[in-house]
Amino acid sequence: MQSAMKEQSSNHAFSPDEFARYSRHIIIPEFGLDGQQKLKNARVLVIGSGGLGSPVLLYLAAAGVGHIGIVDFDRVDDSNLQRQVLFSTSDIGKSKARQARERVLSLNPHIEVTVHETRLDSNNAREIIRQYDVVADGTDNFPTRYLVNDACVLEGKTNVYASIFQFEGQVSVFNALLPDGGRGPNYRDLFPEPPPPGLVPSCSEGGVLGVLPGIIGSMQALEVIKVITGVGDPLVGRIFLFDAAAFQTRILRVSKRPETVVTGLIDYQLFCGLDQFREAEVPEIDVQAFESLRTSGEPFQLIDVREPHEYDIAHLEGELIPVGIIGEHLDRIARDRKVIVHCRSGVRSAKAIRLLQELGFQGELINLKGGILAYAREINNALPVY
Amino acid sequence: MATFLIPTPLRKFAGNQSSVTVSAERMDQAIHTLVAQHPDLGRHLLDPERNIRSFVRIYVGDTDFRELQGEQTPLADHSVVSIIPAIAGGCECNLP
Repeated sequence: MQSAMKEQSSNHAFSPDEFARYSRHIIIPEFGLDGQQKLKNARVLVIGSGGLGSPVLLYLAAAGVGHIGIVDFDRVDDSNLQRQVLFSTSDIGKSKARQARERVLSLNPHIEVTVHETRLDSNNAREIIRQYDVVADGTDNFPTRYLVNDACVLEGKTNVYASIFQFEGQVSVFNALLPDGGRGPNYRDLFPEPPPPGLVPSCSEGGVLGVLPGIIGSMQALEVIKVITGVGDPLVGRIFLFDAAAFQTRILRVSKRPETVVTGLIDYQLFCGLDQFREAEVPEIDVQAFESLRTSGEPFQLIDVREPHEYDIAHLEGELIPVGIIGEHLDRIARDRKVIVHCRSGVRSAKAIRLLQELGFQGELINLKGGILAYAREINNALPVY
Repeated sequence: MATFLIPTPLRKFAGNQSSVTVSAERMDQAIHTLVAQHPDLGRHLLDPERNIRSFVRIYVGDTDFRELQGEQTPLADHSVVSIIPAIAGGCECNLP
Protein backbone atom coordinates (compact mmCIF):
# COMPACT_ATOMS: atom_id res chain seq x y z
CA MET A 1 0.00 0.00 0.00
CA GLN A 2 2.78 2.32 0.96
CA SER A 3 4.60 1.72 -2.32
CA ALA A 4 1.34 2.28 -4.23
CA MET A 5 0.91 5.60 -2.46
CA LYS A 6 4.49 6.48 -3.21
CA GLU A 7 3.91 5.70 -6.88
CA GLN A 8 0.73 7.76 -6.87
CA SER A 9 2.59 10.65 -5.36
CA SER A 10 5.47 10.43 -7.84
CA ASN A 11 2.93 10.18 -10.69
CA HIS A 12 1.81 13.68 -9.82
CA ALA A 13 5.20 15.16 -9.16
CA PHE A 14 4.61 18.85 -9.77
CA SER A 15 6.51 21.59 -8.02
CA PRO A 16 4.57 24.50 -6.50
CA ASP A 17 5.67 26.62 -9.49
CA GLU A 18 4.24 24.06 -11.88
CA PHE A 19 0.96 23.85 -9.96
CA ALA A 20 0.63 27.60 -10.28
CA ARG A 21 1.60 27.57 -13.95
CA TYR A 22 -0.81 24.81 -14.97
CA SER A 23 -3.67 25.67 -12.59
CA ARG A 24 -6.05 26.68 -15.41
CA HIS A 25 -5.65 23.23 -16.91
CA ILE A 26 -5.86 21.38 -13.62
CA ILE A 27 -9.18 22.96 -12.65
CA ILE A 28 -10.89 21.79 -15.86
CA PRO A 29 -12.87 18.79 -14.54
CA GLU A 30 -12.23 16.52 -17.58
CA PHE A 31 -8.55 17.48 -17.65
CA GLY A 32 -7.41 17.69 -14.05
CA LEU A 33 -4.13 16.63 -12.58
CA ASP A 34 -4.16 13.39 -14.57
CA GLY A 35 -4.34 15.26 -17.88
CA GLN A 36 -1.52 17.54 -16.84
CA GLN A 37 0.58 14.58 -15.73
CA LYS A 38 0.03 12.91 -19.12
CA LEU A 39 1.32 16.06 -20.79
CA LYS A 40 4.34 16.11 -18.51
CA ASN A 41 5.10 12.46 -19.28
CA ALA A 42 4.66 12.93 -23.04
CA ARG A 43 7.35 13.15 -25.69
CA VAL A 44 6.24 15.05 -28.80
CA LEU A 45 8.28 15.49 -31.98
CA VAL A 46 7.55 18.69 -33.91
CA ILE A 47 8.83 18.42 -37.47
CA GLY A 48 9.50 21.87 -38.85
CA SER A 49 9.73 24.97 -36.67
CA GLY A 50 8.27 27.31 -39.29
CA GLY A 51 4.78 28.65 -39.83
CA LEU A 52 2.94 25.70 -38.30
CA GLY A 53 5.73 24.66 -35.96
CA SER A 54 5.81 28.10 -34.32
CA PRO A 55 2.35 27.98 -32.70
CA VAL A 56 2.62 24.23 -32.14
CA LEU A 57 5.87 24.59 -30.20
CA LEU A 58 4.73 27.64 -28.25
CA TYR A 59 1.43 26.06 -27.17
CA LEU A 60 2.86 22.62 -26.40
CA ALA A 61 5.61 24.18 -24.33
CA ALA A 62 3.18 26.48 -22.55
CA ALA A 63 0.84 23.55 -21.93
CA GLY A 64 3.62 21.63 -20.21
CA VAL A 65 4.47 18.81 -22.63
CA GLY A 66 7.40 17.32 -20.75
CA HIS A 67 9.72 16.58 -23.64
CA ILE A 68 9.62 18.24 -27.03
CA GLY A 69 11.82 17.37 -30.00
CA ILE A 70 12.36 19.87 -32.81
CA VAL A 71 13.46 18.80 -36.28
CA ASP A 72 14.73 21.63 -38.46
CA PHE A 73 17.95 22.14 -40.37
CA ASP A 74 17.18 25.63 -41.65
CA ARG A 75 18.22 29.10 -40.57
CA VAL A 76 15.95 32.05 -39.82
CA ASP A 77 15.39 34.26 -42.86
CA ASP A 78 13.77 37.68 -42.82
CA SER A 79 10.98 36.38 -45.08
CA ASN A 80 10.03 33.92 -42.29
CA LEU A 81 9.06 36.60 -39.80
CA GLN A 82 5.70 37.35 -41.45
CA ARG A 83 4.33 34.14 -39.94
CA GLN A 84 6.96 32.28 -37.90
CA VAL A 85 6.21 33.95 -34.60
CA LEU A 86 8.78 31.94 -32.68
CA PHE A 87 11.50 34.16 -34.10
CA SER A 88 12.57 37.76 -33.78
CA THR A 89 14.48 40.08 -36.07
CA SER A 90 17.62 39.43 -34.04
CA ASP A 91 17.35 35.70 -34.89
CA ILE A 92 17.92 36.22 -38.63
CA GLY A 93 20.71 33.95 -39.85
CA LYS A 94 20.63 31.75 -36.73
CA SER A 95 19.66 28.08 -36.47
CA LYS A 96 15.89 27.76 -36.34
CA ALA A 97 15.89 24.66 -34.17
CA ARG A 98 18.28 26.19 -31.62
CA GLN A 99 16.47 29.53 -31.51
CA ALA A 100 13.17 27.70 -31.19
CA ARG A 101 14.56 25.70 -28.27
CA GLU A 102 15.78 28.85 -26.54
CA ARG A 103 12.42 30.55 -27.07
CA VAL A 104 10.26 27.72 -25.72
CA LEU A 105 12.56 27.13 -22.74
CA SER A 106 12.26 30.81 -21.85
CA LEU A 107 8.50 30.32 -21.98
CA ASN A 108 8.59 27.16 -19.84
CA PRO A 109 11.77 26.10 -18.04
CA HIS A 110 10.03 23.03 -16.59
CA ILE A 111 10.23 21.10 -19.86
CA GLU A 112 13.03 19.45 -21.84
CA VAL A 113 13.71 20.24 -25.48
CA THR A 114 15.87 18.18 -27.83
CA VAL A 115 17.11 19.67 -31.09
CA HIS A 116 17.47 17.49 -34.19
CA GLU A 117 19.28 19.88 -36.48
CA THR A 118 19.10 17.63 -39.49
CA ARG A 119 17.15 17.06 -42.68
CA LEU A 120 14.73 14.22 -42.04
CA ASP A 121 15.30 11.42 -44.55
CA SER A 122 14.75 7.71 -45.03
CA ASN A 123 17.96 6.93 -43.10
CA ASN A 124 17.17 8.81 -39.91
CA ALA A 125 13.37 9.25 -39.77
CA ARG A 126 12.46 6.02 -37.99
CA GLU A 127 15.25 6.34 -35.45
CA ILE A 128 14.23 9.91 -34.54
CA ILE A 129 10.46 9.29 -34.55
CA ARG A 130 10.90 6.13 -32.43
CA GLN A 131 12.02 8.29 -29.49
CA TYR A 132 8.65 10.08 -29.27
CA ASP A 133 5.01 9.29 -28.48
CA VAL A 134 3.31 11.68 -30.91
CA VAL A 135 4.49 13.49 -34.04
CA ALA A 136 3.26 16.91 -35.22
CA ASP A 137 4.03 17.25 -38.92
CA GLY A 138 4.44 20.84 -40.05
CA THR A 139 6.71 20.31 -43.04
CA ASP A 140 6.45 22.04 -46.37
CA ASN A 141 6.84 19.45 -49.09
CA PHE A 142 5.32 16.23 -50.32
CA PRO A 143 8.40 13.98 -49.99
CA THR A 144 8.68 14.78 -46.27
CA ARG A 145 4.91 14.46 -45.77
CA TYR A 146 4.99 10.90 -47.09
CA LEU A 147 8.23 10.11 -45.26
CA VAL A 148 6.79 11.27 -41.91
CA ASN A 149 3.55 9.40 -42.56
CA ASP A 150 5.25 6.15 -43.46
CA ALA A 151 7.73 6.35 -40.58
CA CYS A 152 4.84 6.96 -38.16
CA VAL A 153 2.96 3.96 -39.57
CA LEU A 154 6.03 1.74 -39.27
CA GLU A 155 6.86 2.95 -35.75
CA GLY A 156 3.25 2.92 -34.56
CA LYS A 157 3.10 6.64 -33.76
CA THR A 158 0.19 9.03 -34.06
CA ASN A 159 0.82 11.73 -36.68
CA VAL A 160 -1.01 14.99 -36.04
CA TYR A 161 -1.08 16.51 -39.50
CA ALA A 162 -1.63 20.08 -40.63
CA SER A 163 -1.04 21.76 -43.96
CA ILE A 164 -1.65 25.20 -45.40
CA PHE A 165 -1.74 26.98 -48.73
CA GLN A 166 -2.64 30.63 -49.29
CA PHE A 167 -6.01 30.85 -47.44
CA GLU A 168 -6.60 27.13 -47.04
CA GLY A 169 -5.79 24.87 -44.10
CA GLN A 170 -6.17 21.16 -43.37
CA VAL A 171 -5.90 19.32 -40.03
CA SER A 172 -6.24 15.63 -39.24
CA VAL A 173 -4.98 12.96 -36.85
CA PHE A 174 -3.41 10.06 -38.72
CA ASN A 175 -2.47 6.57 -37.62
CA ALA A 176 -4.08 7.04 -34.21
CA LEU A 177 -4.36 4.12 -31.82
CA LEU A 178 -7.98 2.96 -31.85
CA PRO A 179 -9.84 1.39 -28.90
CA ASP A 180 -9.69 -1.99 -30.66
CA GLY A 181 -5.88 -1.80 -30.83
CA GLY A 182 -5.82 -1.05 -34.55
CA ARG A 183 -4.71 2.16 -36.18
CA GLY A 184 -6.83 4.87 -37.78
CA PRO A 185 -6.46 6.11 -41.37
CA ASN A 186 -3.16 7.65 -42.39
CA TYR A 187 -2.12 10.21 -45.01
CA ARG A 188 -1.90 7.58 -47.74
CA ASP A 189 -5.54 6.66 -47.11
CA LEU A 190 -6.38 10.26 -47.95
CA PHE A 191 -3.92 10.80 -50.79
CA PRO A 192 -2.30 7.55 -51.98
CA GLU A 193 0.13 9.41 -54.22
CA PRO A 194 1.51 12.95 -54.39
CA PRO A 195 0.82 15.27 -57.29
CA PRO A 196 3.58 15.34 -59.90
CA PRO A 197 5.93 18.31 -59.50
CA GLY A 198 4.53 21.49 -60.94
CA LEU A 199 0.97 20.27 -61.44
CA VAL A 200 -0.54 21.48 -58.19
CA PRO A 201 0.74 24.90 -57.19
CA SER A 202 2.92 24.74 -54.12
CA CYS A 203 3.01 27.07 -51.15
CA SER A 204 6.26 28.36 -52.58
CA GLU A 205 4.52 29.52 -55.73
CA GLY A 206 1.35 30.75 -54.11
CA GLY A 207 2.39 32.06 -50.73
CA VAL A 208 0.40 31.91 -47.53
CA LEU A 209 -1.41 34.45 -45.39
CA GLY A 210 0.77 34.84 -42.32
CA VAL A 211 -1.96 34.41 -39.74
CA LEU A 212 -3.22 31.16 -41.31
CA PRO A 213 -0.45 28.92 -39.91
CA GLY A 214 -1.14 30.58 -36.56
CA ILE A 215 -4.76 29.38 -36.70
CA ILE A 216 -4.08 25.95 -38.19
CA GLY A 217 -0.96 25.33 -36.08
CA SER A 218 -2.95 26.15 -32.94
CA MET A 219 -5.50 23.53 -33.95
CA GLN A 220 -2.66 21.09 -34.55
CA ALA A 221 -1.40 21.75 -31.01
CA LEU A 222 -4.94 21.25 -29.71
CA GLU A 223 -5.15 17.84 -31.38
CA VAL A 224 -1.74 16.83 -29.99
CA ILE A 225 -2.95 17.68 -26.48
CA LYS A 226 -6.21 15.77 -27.02
CA VAL A 227 -4.33 12.71 -28.27
CA ILE A 228 -1.96 12.76 -25.29
CA THR A 229 -4.56 13.36 -22.61
CA GLY A 230 -7.45 11.39 -24.08
CA VAL A 231 -9.65 14.43 -23.52
CA GLY A 232 -12.26 15.15 -26.19
CA ASP A 233 -12.67 13.61 -29.61
CA PRO A 234 -9.58 13.98 -31.82
CA LEU A 235 -9.85 14.27 -35.62
CA VAL A 236 -9.34 10.55 -36.20
CA GLY A 237 -10.91 9.39 -39.46
CA ARG A 238 -11.85 12.97 -40.23
CA ILE A 239 -10.17 15.94 -41.85
CA PHE A 240 -10.89 19.52 -40.88
CA LEU A 241 -10.78 22.10 -43.67
CA PHE A 242 -10.60 25.85 -43.21
CA ASP A 243 -11.05 28.44 -45.93
CA ALA A 244 -9.88 31.64 -44.27
CA ALA A 245 -10.99 33.86 -47.16
CA ALA A 246 -14.62 32.72 -47.00
CA PHE A 247 -14.40 31.81 -43.31
CA GLN A 248 -15.84 28.42 -44.10
CA THR A 249 -15.06 25.27 -42.18
CA ARG A 250 -15.86 21.67 -43.10
CA ILE A 251 -15.16 18.29 -41.58
CA LEU A 252 -15.01 15.36 -44.00
CA ARG A 253 -14.66 11.66 -43.32
CA VAL A 254 -11.45 9.79 -44.08
CA SER A 255 -11.68 6.01 -44.32
CA LYS A 256 -8.97 3.38 -44.39
CA ARG A 257 -8.24 1.93 -47.80
CA PRO A 258 -7.45 -1.77 -47.79
CA GLU A 259 -4.86 -1.27 -50.52
CA THR A 260 -2.84 1.18 -48.38
CA VAL A 261 0.09 -0.83 -47.05
CA VAL A 262 3.37 0.63 -45.82
CA THR A 263 6.13 -1.97 -45.60
CA GLY A 264 9.24 0.20 -45.45
CA LEU A 265 10.65 3.61 -46.22
CA ILE A 266 11.40 4.39 -49.86
CA ASP A 267 13.14 7.07 -51.91
CA TYR A 268 10.65 9.89 -51.41
CA GLN A 269 12.28 12.28 -53.89
CA LEU A 270 11.83 9.60 -56.53
CA PHE A 271 8.31 8.79 -55.31
CA CYS A 272 7.34 12.44 -55.73
CA GLY A 273 8.98 12.65 -59.14
CA LEU A 274 11.55 15.18 -57.99
CA ASP A 275 14.62 13.27 -59.15
CA GLN A 276 13.25 13.15 -62.67
CA PHE A 277 12.35 16.82 -62.35
CA ARG A 278 15.92 17.70 -61.35
CA GLU A 279 17.52 15.61 -64.08
CA ALA A 280 16.02 17.70 -66.85
CA GLU A 281 18.80 20.27 -66.81
CA VAL A 282 18.48 23.43 -68.86
CA PRO A 283 21.20 25.73 -70.22
CA GLU A 284 22.19 28.32 -67.64
CA ILE A 285 23.97 31.65 -67.43
CA ASP A 286 25.24 33.07 -64.16
CA VAL A 287 24.54 36.68 -63.19
CA GLN A 288 28.12 37.85 -63.88
CA ALA A 289 28.00 36.52 -67.44
CA PHE A 290 24.49 37.89 -67.81
CA GLU A 291 25.68 41.35 -66.76
CA SER A 292 28.51 41.15 -69.31
CA LEU A 293 25.95 40.20 -71.96
CA ARG A 294 23.80 43.16 -70.98
CA THR A 295 26.64 45.59 -71.38
CA SER A 296 28.11 43.96 -74.52
CA GLY A 297 25.45 45.22 -76.87
CA GLU A 298 24.76 41.71 -78.14
CA PRO A 299 21.04 41.44 -78.86
CA PHE A 300 19.03 39.17 -76.58
CA GLN A 301 15.56 38.97 -75.11
CA LEU A 302 14.99 38.89 -71.34
CA ILE A 303 11.81 37.18 -70.17
CA ASP A 304 10.58 37.39 -66.58
CA VAL A 305 8.27 34.47 -65.71
CA ARG A 306 7.23 35.70 -62.27
CA GLU A 307 3.83 37.10 -61.34
CA PRO A 308 2.94 40.78 -61.89
CA HIS A 309 2.96 41.54 -58.14
CA GLU A 310 6.50 40.20 -57.91
CA TYR A 311 7.53 42.29 -60.90
CA ASP A 312 6.25 45.35 -59.04
CA ILE A 313 8.64 44.63 -56.15
CA ALA A 314 11.76 44.45 -58.33
CA HIS A 315 12.53 43.73 -61.97
CA LEU A 316 15.34 43.66 -64.52
CA GLU A 317 13.29 45.27 -67.30
CA GLY A 318 12.45 41.87 -68.73
CA GLU A 319 9.26 41.12 -70.64
CA LEU A 320 6.73 39.79 -68.12
CA ILE A 321 5.17 36.45 -69.14
CA PRO A 322 4.18 34.46 -66.00
CA VAL A 323 5.11 30.79 -66.16
CA GLY A 324 1.46 29.76 -65.84
CA ILE A 325 0.57 31.30 -69.20
CA ILE A 326 3.85 31.14 -71.10
CA GLY A 327 2.62 28.23 -73.23
CA GLU A 328 -0.06 30.50 -74.67
CA HIS A 329 2.44 33.25 -75.60
CA LEU A 330 4.99 31.48 -77.77
CA ASP A 331 4.62 34.25 -80.36
CA ARG A 332 6.17 36.73 -77.92
CA ILE A 333 9.40 34.74 -77.55
CA ALA A 334 12.27 35.56 -79.90
CA ARG A 335 13.72 32.90 -82.19
CA ASP A 336 16.40 35.06 -83.81
CA ARG A 337 18.47 35.76 -80.69
CA LYS A 338 19.32 34.42 -77.27
CA VAL A 339 16.45 34.35 -74.80
CA ILE A 340 17.38 34.68 -71.13
CA VAL A 341 14.58 33.51 -68.83
CA HIS A 342 14.50 34.48 -65.17
CA CYS A 343 12.35 34.32 -62.06
CA ARG A 344 13.07 34.89 -58.39
CA SER A 345 15.55 32.08 -57.72
CA GLY A 346 15.88 30.23 -61.03
CA VAL A 347 13.47 27.37 -60.30
CA ARG A 348 10.36 28.63 -62.08
CA SER A 349 12.37 29.88 -65.07
CA ALA A 350 13.93 26.40 -65.47
CA LYS A 351 10.42 24.97 -65.33
CA ALA A 352 9.29 27.47 -68.00
CA ILE A 353 12.19 26.49 -70.28
CA ARG A 354 11.38 22.78 -69.90
CA LEU A 355 7.76 23.52 -70.72
CA LEU A 356 8.71 25.52 -73.82
CA GLN A 357 11.02 22.71 -74.91
CA GLU A 358 8.20 20.18 -74.46
CA LEU A 359 5.97 22.40 -76.58
CA GLY A 360 8.57 22.18 -79.35
CA PHE A 361 9.83 25.76 -79.11
CA GLN A 362 12.83 26.16 -81.42
CA GLY A 363 15.11 28.84 -80.06
CA GLU A 364 18.00 29.42 -77.67
CA LEU A 365 16.55 29.43 -74.16
CA ILE A 366 18.92 30.11 -71.25
CA ASN A 367 18.06 30.14 -67.55
CA LEU A 368 19.40 32.94 -65.34
CA LYS A 369 21.03 30.96 -62.53
CA GLY A 370 19.88 32.11 -59.11
CA GLY A 371 17.33 34.50 -60.64
CA ILE A 372 16.80 38.07 -59.54
CA LEU A 373 17.92 37.12 -56.02
CA ALA A 374 21.42 36.31 -57.27
CA TYR A 375 21.43 39.47 -59.39
CA ALA A 376 20.52 41.57 -56.34
CA ARG A 377 23.16 39.81 -54.25
CA GLU A 378 26.06 39.96 -56.72
CA ILE A 379 25.36 42.81 -59.12
CA ASN A 380 22.91 45.35 -57.72
CA ASN A 381 22.48 45.50 -53.96
CA ALA A 382 19.90 48.27 -54.29
CA LEU A 383 17.31 45.85 -55.69
CA PRO A 384 14.74 44.84 -53.08
CA VAL A 385 14.72 41.11 -52.32
CA TYR A 386 11.72 39.14 -51.13
CA MET B 1 -27.95 21.29 -59.79
CA ALA B 2 -25.00 20.80 -57.48
CA THR B 3 -22.49 23.24 -56.13
CA PHE B 4 -18.79 22.40 -56.50
CA LEU B 5 -16.59 24.12 -53.91
CA ILE B 6 -13.30 24.95 -55.59
CA PRO B 7 -10.25 25.03 -53.27
CA THR B 8 -7.81 27.94 -53.40
CA PRO B 9 -5.04 26.15 -55.35
CA LEU B 10 -7.41 25.26 -58.18
CA ARG B 11 -9.45 28.45 -58.44
CA LYS B 12 -7.26 29.92 -61.13
CA PHE B 13 -8.29 27.00 -63.32
CA ALA B 14 -11.98 27.75 -62.70
CA GLY B 15 -12.15 31.42 -63.58
CA ASN B 16 -11.07 32.39 -60.05
CA GLN B 17 -14.43 31.24 -58.71
CA SER B 18 -14.72 29.73 -55.24
CA SER B 19 -17.75 27.69 -56.30
CA VAL B 20 -19.27 26.50 -59.56
CA THR B 21 -22.87 25.43 -59.97
CA VAL B 22 -23.45 22.53 -62.31
CA SER B 23 -26.70 21.14 -63.61
CA ALA B 24 -26.51 17.37 -63.23
CA GLU B 25 -28.36 14.52 -61.57
CA ARG B 26 -25.37 12.22 -61.06
CA MET B 27 -21.68 12.59 -60.25
CA ASP B 28 -20.42 11.43 -63.65
CA GLN B 29 -22.60 14.03 -65.38
CA ALA B 30 -21.54 16.71 -62.92
CA ILE B 31 -17.81 16.07 -63.40
CA HIS B 32 -18.24 15.90 -67.17
CA THR B 33 -20.06 19.25 -67.19
CA LEU B 34 -17.59 20.88 -64.80
CA VAL B 35 -14.62 19.77 -66.89
CA ALA B 36 -16.31 20.87 -70.11
CA GLN B 37 -16.83 24.33 -68.61
CA HIS B 38 -13.28 24.50 -67.21
CA PRO B 39 -10.89 22.33 -69.24
CA ASP B 40 -7.81 23.47 -67.26
CA LEU B 41 -9.49 22.31 -64.06
CA GLY B 42 -10.13 18.98 -65.76
CA ARG B 43 -6.41 18.51 -66.29
CA HIS B 44 -5.89 18.73 -62.53
CA LEU B 45 -8.85 16.54 -61.57
CA LEU B 46 -8.66 13.75 -64.13
CA ASP B 47 -5.85 11.59 -65.45
CA PRO B 48 -5.58 10.77 -69.18
CA GLU B 49 -7.94 7.80 -68.61
CA ARG B 50 -10.39 10.28 -67.06
CA ASN B 51 -10.10 8.78 -63.57
CA ILE B 52 -9.97 11.10 -60.56
CA ARG B 53 -6.31 11.71 -59.80
CA SER B 54 -4.92 10.08 -56.68
CA PHE B 55 -3.94 13.39 -55.10
CA VAL B 56 -7.45 14.82 -55.30
CA ARG B 57 -10.53 13.73 -53.36
CA ILE B 58 -14.08 14.60 -54.30
CA TYR B 59 -16.70 14.55 -51.57
CA VAL B 60 -20.47 14.77 -51.71
CA GLY B 61 -21.41 16.18 -48.35
CA ASP B 62 -18.92 14.71 -45.89
CA THR B 63 -18.24 11.47 -47.75
CA ASP B 64 -15.98 10.61 -50.70
CA PHE B 65 -18.25 9.90 -53.66
CA ARG B 66 -16.40 6.60 -54.23
CA GLU B 67 -17.69 5.44 -50.85
CA LEU B 68 -21.24 6.35 -51.89
CA GLN B 69 -22.34 5.12 -55.30
CA GLY B 70 -19.25 6.23 -57.20
CA GLU B 71 -20.00 7.93 -60.49
CA GLN B 72 -23.64 6.93 -60.12
CA THR B 73 -23.98 8.93 -56.88
CA PRO B 74 -27.19 10.95 -57.23
CA LEU B 75 -26.99 14.70 -56.76
CA ALA B 76 -29.79 16.87 -55.44
CA ASP B 77 -30.25 20.61 -55.97
CA HIS B 78 -28.70 21.30 -52.58
CA SER B 79 -25.77 18.87 -52.98
CA VAL B 80 -22.41 20.34 -52.07
CA VAL B 81 -19.45 18.72 -53.81
CA SER B 82 -16.05 19.49 -52.28
CA ILE B 83 -12.80 19.13 -54.19
CA ILE B 84 -9.95 18.43 -51.76
CA PRO B 85 -6.43 18.71 -53.16
CA ALA B 86 -3.24 17.55 -51.51
CA ILE B 87 -1.41 20.60 -50.16
CA ALA B 88 1.94 20.46 -48.45
CA GLY B 89 2.71 23.90 -47.07
CA GLY B 90 3.61 24.46 -43.48
CA CYS B 91 7.21 25.17 -42.70
CA GLU B 92 8.96 27.16 -45.37
CA CYS B 93 7.32 29.19 -48.05
CA ASN B 94 10.28 30.64 -49.87
CA LEU B 95 9.43 31.61 -53.41
CA PRO B 96 11.35 29.77 -56.14
